[in-house]
Order: sequence, then C-alpha cells, then structure tokens
Amino acid sequence: MAARSVGEIALISIAVVAAAVTLAVPLAIIFAFALREGLGTYVANITQPHTLHAIWLTVITAIIVVPINMAVGVALAWLVTRFRFRGRDLLVTVIELPAAVSPIVAGVVYLFLYGGQGLLGPTLQSAGVQIMFTPLAIVLVSLFVTAPYVARELIPLMRQQGTEDEEAALSLGANGWQMFWHVTLPNIRWGLIYGAILTNARVMGEFGAVSVVSGAIRGQTNTLPLQINLLFNDFNITGAFAAASTLALIAVLTLVLKSALEAWEER
Amino acid sequence: MAYKRSKHLLPGFGLTMGVSLFYLTLIIVLPLAAMLLKVAGMGLPEFWRIITSNRALAAYRITFSSALIATIINGVLGLLLAWVLTRYRFPGRRVLDALVDLPFALPTAVAGLVLVTLFAKTGWYGQFLEPNGIKVNYSQLGIIAAMTFTSIPFVVRAVQPVLEEVDDDLENAARTLGASRWQIFARVIWPTIMPAFIGGCVLSFARSLGEFGAVVFIAGNLPGVTEIVSLLIYIRLDEYNYEAAAALAFVLLVVAFLAMICTNMLGVWQTRYAERRS
Repeated sequence: MAARSVGEIALISIAVVAAAVTLAVPLAIIFAFALREGLGTYVANITQPHTLHAIWLTVITAIIVVPINMAVGVALAWLVTRFRFRGRDLLVTVIELPAAVSPIVAGVVYLFLYGGQGLLGPTLQSAGVQIMFTPLAIVLVSLFVTAPYVARELIPLMRQQGTEDEEAALSLGANGWQMFWHVTLPNIRWGLIYGAILTNARVMGEFGAVSVVSGAIRGQTNTLPLQINLLFNDFNITGAFAAASTLALIAVLTLVLKSALEAWEER
Repeated sequence: MAYKRSKHLLPGFGLTMGVSLFYLTLIIVLPLAAMLLKVAGMGLPEFWRIITSNRALAAYRITFSSALIATIINGVLGLLLAWVLTRYRFPGRRVLDALVDLPFALPTAVAGLVLVTLFAKTGWYGQFLEPNGIKVNYSQLGIIAAMTFTSIPFVVRAVQPVLEEVDDDLENAARTLGASRWQIFARVIWPTIMPAFIGGCVLSFARSLGEFGAVVFIAGNLPGVTEIVSLLIYIRLDEYNYEAAAALAFVLLVVAFLAMICTNMLGVWQTRYAERRS
C-alpha cells in the first residue's frame, strides 16, 4: 500500500473518533452500567419477575410477527415484481407507509380502530372481545410497523433477478409450488433472511406504537422497551440497563449476522 | 381485476393478490381509515383550532428545527463516514462499517436510556459539558442528540454505494489535467453523489420528525420548550383528549406522506440524472 497522505490520516482519524463518540461509546455504556454492581446484581435484575415476563412477552411477539411478515412479504414481492396490474404503484405506496409514519401514529390509528371510542372497539367489546391493552394489540401494531421490511428487501432483489429461472422451471414441467420451493425460495433466501433479521430487531425494540396500545401493565402487557422505561422512571438505572442489555445483545447479533450475510454475498 | 391465465406467464397472481389485499386492508388500511373517520367527524373549525393551537405550533417548531439540525449534522458525519469507508483501507474498517447500522438495530428506548445517562451531570459526556454551560438533558440539545443518533445510518448508506461506483477514469483524467484534490471532489465526485446524498438527508429528516422513543427519555416534556409533536399526541391520549390526538396524528401522517412522495420523486430524478451524466 502506498504511503498515506496527511489528509487521508486526518480524515480516517476524524471518522474513527466521531464513530467512537456517537456509536461505540453508547454501545459500551449499556454493558458497563448493566454490570456495574457486579454479575450477581445483573442476574438478579434480569430474573426479576416483571423483567422476565417482559422478555417472555417480547420473544413471543417476535415469534408470532416475524413469520407472518415473512410470508406476506414474499407474497407482496411476488405480486409486485412478477405481474403488471392497475394500482400496482398505489399498492407499493401502501406497503411503504408504515415505515414513513411516526410510531406514535401507528399506535394512534389502532386506538381509533379497536379502542373504547374506536370504530370497531365498542362492537367488539359488547361481544366480549377486548383487543386494546392486551398482548393481541401489541402483536397487531408490531405487524403494522414491520409490514414493509421483508417486501422492501425482496422487491429490488426479485426485480433484478428477473423471471427466467422460474419460466425455465415451469417449462420443464414444475407446478407452481415446486417452482416456488426449488427455484424462487433458494434465489431469494438471503434477502429473506436479512429482511427477517431487520423485522425481528424492530419488533423486539418497538416502543412508541406499543406504548400507546399496550397500557404497559406490569407483568401483563409490558414489553422489554416499556419495562426499560418503567425502571428508568423508578430511578432503577442499573435495572433499566440490565433489561436494555438483553436488547443490546440482540442488536449486536443483528449487526454481526448482517455483516456476515454481506460478506457472504460479496464472495 | 380479471385474472386470465394467458395474461400472466407465472402462476400465483390470484393467491398473492388475495393475500396482499387481505393483509394490507386488515393491518394498514382499516386502522388508517378509522383515524381518518375520526378526523373527518370533528369538523374543519375544530380541526383547525387544534392543529393551530399555540402549544401545537410550538411543538411543530421544536420538532422541525431539531430535525433540521440533526439532519445537517448527519449530512456532514454521513458524508465523512461514507467517504472513509469506501476510499480507504485501514484496520477496523469492517467493524466501523457494521457499527454504522447500530442505530437501526438498537431499540429507540435503549438509545434514549443511553443518551440520557451519557449526558447526565455526572455522566461520561455530561461531566465535561455541564461545567461549560452546555446542558443537553431536558433541553432542545437533548432532542437533537436523540434525533441525530437514531438517523446516523441514512446518509452513509445512501452515499456509500454511489461513491463506490464513481468512475476512476474520470478522476484520473482530472488529476492528469492538473486538478487539485478539492477540484476533483467539487467537479467530479460531488455531482455524482449529490442526488443520493439529498435522498439520504430526506430520509434522515423524515425519521427525525417521527422519532419518539429516544426523545422521550432525554427531552423531559416542558410544553413549548422540549415538547415534540409525537410527545404532544401521547400526552393528549393520556388526557383522553382523543380528538386532539387524532388531529395531530393526521398532521404527522400528511407530513410522512409528503416525505414519501419527495423520496419517490428524488428516486426518479436520480435515475434520470445518472443517465444524463453518462
């Protein structure tokens, strides 16, 4: 490698320092504060019943939401990239909308649908169905906020790949499902996994939308991000950081998987 | 929409159309319609009174100005990071590249908790700032810090791929002709990456306008001082003032829609711009 110029060294240094201040230190402080009272306190904080319940609820929500949005994302991407029809652009706009609105708006629209004064809420309530302030409401808003994630990854990918492989499979006598399992799915699997990882990170971390619809009842409808907020408001900083460290670990895992996928694609 | 086998070569039109329409209606369109009905039901004078109240106007001003400053910071930081990541090879480059996505992977509530702790009076950053009269927590600076952190990746990820594609020959030609480094950047590189840069800034700005989780931790909620629009909506809900919440949410929805149209138009312009230059 040629000798570096002064300008090059300066730019790299500034970038590294800036990234350390804005990204690396914020990540480091999570684990430093979570563990500052020792491993014993850390384990006690994590296994505190309300935090444990919040972890459980967050994981369950992700287990329900991620597969649904993966399946729907594939269907949406197939529809948009393989067929021309009227209203296609409008459909793409509708898919993209949840990514553009504030998470608070996502919560508010659900409140006006299923809430006590909402469009369907009173009817459902008289039938004995309560959606607002239950885990179901958390699942619904999570589906809303992450609806675009998988489709967004797959649409450019499938558009670029074209339809030749699939047409070849069909002309060789494969039926629709055989074509999908043996041709389409292997072609898009990395994009699909990538979309699923992003969906999972967002579902587990969603705060604004969930805080509107969940009611944040401790031990019942409190997800991890809400639990962090409650612990923080209780001035239990170490406890808040302990809860946050679980989500931070998932974030780090997300980044590692993402770079691994990218490195794999480059090869 | 009539589905004729002959019209489509590939199978699955009916199935994917059915699944998509059902899902989008149930999960996205129906809730949005419920809110729009609520807004439509309140009448224009009432709607106008809510969205132009002094508290709302102050909230727009704070949200907008904070998002603008955060976007400017991210424009500079993003350009620098994208440049260094694509142009230079140095130890730790891969880690830096992965770290850029941290704000997307880290939940906003965790980001808020981290920032409020860093900038606390005795915090890692606050201990140096507060003695110099710079108070970040519970001031507009806190909002700016939260918005900046949560939207760091947008400009980097928009500019990076374009910067990788910049034509080496063009740069070398300019260098042989005696252009200075700065001239090469201003005349050759900048025109190529500008559309992507603007696109990244628009996304960053839109995200900052809607940011909630990180901001609530660090901003406090002093009406007229650190109250952003999302927070005002949340407070109105807490007060059971659903009409006000609906009206303000409608404003954010319209802004989000405008941002989307802006992004789409930029995308079209970007393609044409690239074609014209080549």
